[in-house]
Amino acid sequence: MHRITLVKILTLLFLTVTISVKAQHDTPEKETVHVESSDSEKGSLRTEIKEYINHHLLDSYDFSLFSYTNDAGEHIYWSAPLPVILWDGGLKVFSSSKFHHGETLAEVDGNFYKVYHNKIYKTNAEGTITYDDHHHPTNAKPLDFSITKNVTVIFLVGLLMFFMFSRMAKSYKKNNLIPTGFGRMLEPIIMYIRDDIAIPNIGKKHYKKYMSYLLTVFFFVWIINLLGLTPLGVNVTNNIAVTLALALITYVLTTFTANKNYWKHIFWMPGVPVPMKFILAPIELLGTIIKPFSLMIRLYANITAGHIVLMSIIGLMFLFKSWIGSPLSFGLAFALALLELLVAALQAYIFTMLSALYFGMAVEEHDDH
Amino acid sequence: MNIPEIVGAGLIVIGAGLGIGRIGGSAMDAIARQPEASGKIQTAMLIAAALIEGIGFAALFAA
Repeated sequence: MHRITLVKILTLLFLTVTISVKAQHDTPEKETVHVESSDSEKGSLRTEIKEYINHHLLDSYDFSLFSYTNDAGEHIYWSAPLPVILWDGGLKVFSSSKFHHGETLAEVDGNFYKVYHNKIYKTNAEGTITYDDHHHPTNAKPLDFSITKNVTVIFLVGLLMFFMFSRMAKSYKKNNLIPTGFGRMLEPIIMYIRDDIAIPNIGKKHYKKYMSYLLTVFFFVWIINLLGLTPLGVNVTNNIAVTLALALITYVLTTFTANKNYWKHIFWMPGVPVPMKFILAPIELLGTIIKPFSLMIRLYANITAGHIVLMSIIGLMFLFKSWIGSPLSFGLAFALALLELLVAALQAYIFTMLSALYFGMAVEEHDDH
Repeated sequence: MNIPEIVGAGLIVIGAGLGIGRIGGSAMDAIARQPEASGKIQTAMLIAAALIEGIGFAALFAA
């Protein structure tokens, strides 16, 4: 049983490594073309790296591992198409392979759609995009419910967590309250969240109803941050919409489970002079929105900054074009990747910790002072 | 990116760095004085550092 799990993990590791090696193999091949050309190419190489980084930070309609240009000059993509779901006077579902990575138009039921700057626009048969004065497209934008790369990863992580924890729960039942296998690794983490995050911040009386959310958000953010460090090119937590949704759940939970005491502290702060109460009320009210806002920005900005710096350092390799570049960029990238491993866990911890802190404020009893 | 933005970003980073540095230093002092309270001190340190970091990032986005 254990051997089988080990074999599975090794296979997965091997696959990841081969894919990353293959990716590294292909990119220098592409760069040799640039080496032969003149020095003015350095500027275009710089913009190419910048474009690549920007492209990585965006969501996409297909799950693409990497792409390269072969000797014949064609773009080869290693990717899996994902379903595109649009609402445009009726539900339209089609595969994102119809876009050919944004190179062609997709024709569905006589309508034409085009991907422009990572958004789907409705166009005519020629695919013309019209612009207003600020160079924003004026084409109609259908409502987009597509299963994009980020959504796929979120679904996969959700499934993974479901199986992980339901198996763990089963093993508790079967094995006389002792977890087996992987659950043994998870148990101390769960205990840590309960004993060192939830109970001290929320209090023994109320912590139980928040535990499910705190555990979910911790493992969700942690697993997704870790996936972002693999060569799969997953980048879910550097999408501000995802962190917005997470922060919004914290905000809604805080607001709707708050007791009388919490609202009293916001609108009519006890123990301060009356004129001050009028000044404090709007500040405190604003504070309730700023708290989840800072949760959103913190997670998003930390992970985005990490990815940008990591990829810029890898990009150095192509800019140096000498024997210095590769070891330098490898060493820096390796050190930074180790740091990012810490950041991945730390951000999940901070998010959980601050959420617990806010919940604690919401359910604080009066005699706690 | 033009020069005012770069200077502004630099100032923000200096400010946030000084702030987090002070928190880290004070936490070290506190742990040295009371090693048995290190768990609590670390938690408080991380929260304070995270709050400063949040403001720093918000300012960086504005810059």
